[in-house]
Amino acid sequence: MNSLTTQTYTEPRIVLRAEGVWKCYDDGAISVLKGVAFEIVEGQTVALCGPSGCGKSTLLHLFGGLDFPERGRVSVNGVEVNRYRNLLRLLRHEVGFVFQLHNLIPDLTLEENCLIPTVAAGIDRSIARTRLYQMAERTGLTHRLGHRIQKLSGGERQRTALCRALMNRPKILLADEPTGSLDEQSSAAVFELLLEVVATEGVTLLMATHDRTLAARCDRLLEMHDGRIHEPVSA
Amino acid sequence: MIFLKLIVTNLLRHRIRSLISIAGIAFSVAAMLTVVTILQGAIGMFSGILSSNSEIIVFERNVSDLFFSNVPTGALNEIAQWPMVDHADPVLFGIVSSADHPIITCFGVTAADARIRKANWITGERLTFAQHTDDVVLGERAAEYLSAKLGDQVPIGHGLFHVIGIIKTSNGFEDGGVFMPLSAAQSFFHKEGSSSVITIKLRNKDDASSFKSEVKTTFPNLIALEDSEFTRSYSQFKILKATAWAVGGCGLLLGGFGVANTMIMSVFTRIREIAILRVNGFSGLQIAAMIFGESAAVSLTGAVFGLLTGSCLLYALKLVPALHGYVDVTLQPVVMLIVILLALVTGIAGALYPAAYAMRIRAVEALRFE
Repeated sequence: MNSLTTQTYTEPRIVLRAEGVWKCYDDGAISVLKGVAFEIVEGQTVALCGPSGCGKSTLLHLFGGLDFPERGRVSVNGVEVNRYRNLLRLLRHEVGFVFQLHNLIPDLTLEENCLIPTVAAGIDRSIARTRLYQMAERTGLTHRLGHRIQKLSGGERQRTALCRALMNRPKILLADEPTGSLDEQSSAAVFELLLEVVATEGVTLLMATHDRTLAARCDRLLEMHDGRIHEPVSA
Repeated sequence: MIFLKLIVTNLLRHRIRSLISIAGIAFSVAAMLTVVTILQGAIGMFSGILSSNSEIIVFERNVSDLFFSNVPTGALNEIAQWPMVDHADPVLFGIVSSADHPIITCFGVTAADARIRKANWITGERLTFAQHTDDVVLGERAAEYLSAKLGDQVPIGHGLFHVIGIIKTSNGFEDGGVFMPLSAAQSFFHKEGSSSVITIKLRNKDDASSFKSEVKTTFPNLIALEDSEFTRSYSQFKILKATAWAVGGCGLLLGGFGVANTMIMSVFTRIREIAILRVNGFSGLQIAAMIFGESAAVSLTGAVFGLLTGSCLLYALKLVPALHGYVDVTLQPVVMLIVILLALVTGIAGALYPAAYAMRIRAVEALRFE
């Protein structure tokens, strides 16, 4: 008698979804996003490529709840962002942001900058510190914890920004040209670290970038052009 | 801790601006403290004159100022006979001027008055008081500014008086005043047969209520108030207190504008930083708390420096010979507390608009802000 083998198949969970998203500026005179639609499943690393002004950053802002679409739906972890009762929860626990400019507070130390999200979320200090040391070790910044931001190199600043973005253990990382302000060598190193940390932490990455070499190393590549998404056959 | 550091860091980042705001609050607080304390002291001194060896003051009902009060001698004589009264002292207040001094306070009192009996006589003999109608006793400071000594003839108002004694008192008004026999004062001020007030000492303090009722029934035109009631209800005191607080309040308001300006600048110059905090999960209320924290820190620091400056100023004023006895520098804890609270409230009020503005900052727009 043939033995029946039961194979369980789990559908990958969609963590980011855009459905017919339109975003306009200047009272509708400029349409940046024109019916953008795509999905990203949990754990994927996705590169968003396209020329300047094509709407990459806008799309990231929509997923982070920093802005809202005129039409269409943007969902994070199955919940529509503009219906998030508490957008703070989204920013504190669901998504982390890394920008092209590190956006760190210059008068604070690396350690203090990294702890900001934990202060915002009211996380216990000892828990926050444990997490800080863990992230600092992963990003190779342990020896720089007490240093002020002005004393850090560009690469270190961006690593600090990465560290800060993941402090509250978000499962989605939105990175807007994270290596855009770095030289080639630093850029490669930071991107390498980004992929490594993302993999270790089990984080879904949506990254806007101009750098096609870096984009090619992601699981998926989404091309943005004229406010629309075009996914190449193979990334 | 980081929250506090964010507050302190921003204040330290613009040290000069913060210092100017702190100085604004400090000077306002010092001004308020000085004005209020001096006026409270003046009120206390005036009350002290009235409550000298007495608990109750009787004066004409519905007068705006005790200088206009007329209590008939008949009422004095009758009240003095009441069994509950230990003694009743009439006092006539008057203001005259001399060549160099436009205002000299005169007290018309009897020889039995505690102000004369219990005074510290520097020169002269207390038993000689009220033997002649042109006799006067000078307070030490009055003798000083009138350049008078025992036995001198001094011109006061339209009369010439004979100095029969100089007394020392801790009360500035008394120390700078002239004591005349009551009958002489009545004649001098054209108030024959009356005094301004009667100060009453009761045999038993518990009789105060019945004494007041008795006065009300027997002399409808007069009113009897306990010293504390008088201090609270006397309209001149109320006006003085209100003026002091109003002047101080205006100073503090100006300080508040300084804080508001600082906080507005503070918010405008770090819109991007506030956006970063928002992106990292700071709520609008957390941002507002940070702004209020900064203004509270400025206000409290200013208040502390203001209290120190004000105290030093008051002590310096006390040391000025011309003001001897006129400035009471007893800092009342209630006044200090009110001043600190007002400074804090002013600071927080000054941060209302900046905080509201900061709460409305949209991260997505602010991150584009260079």
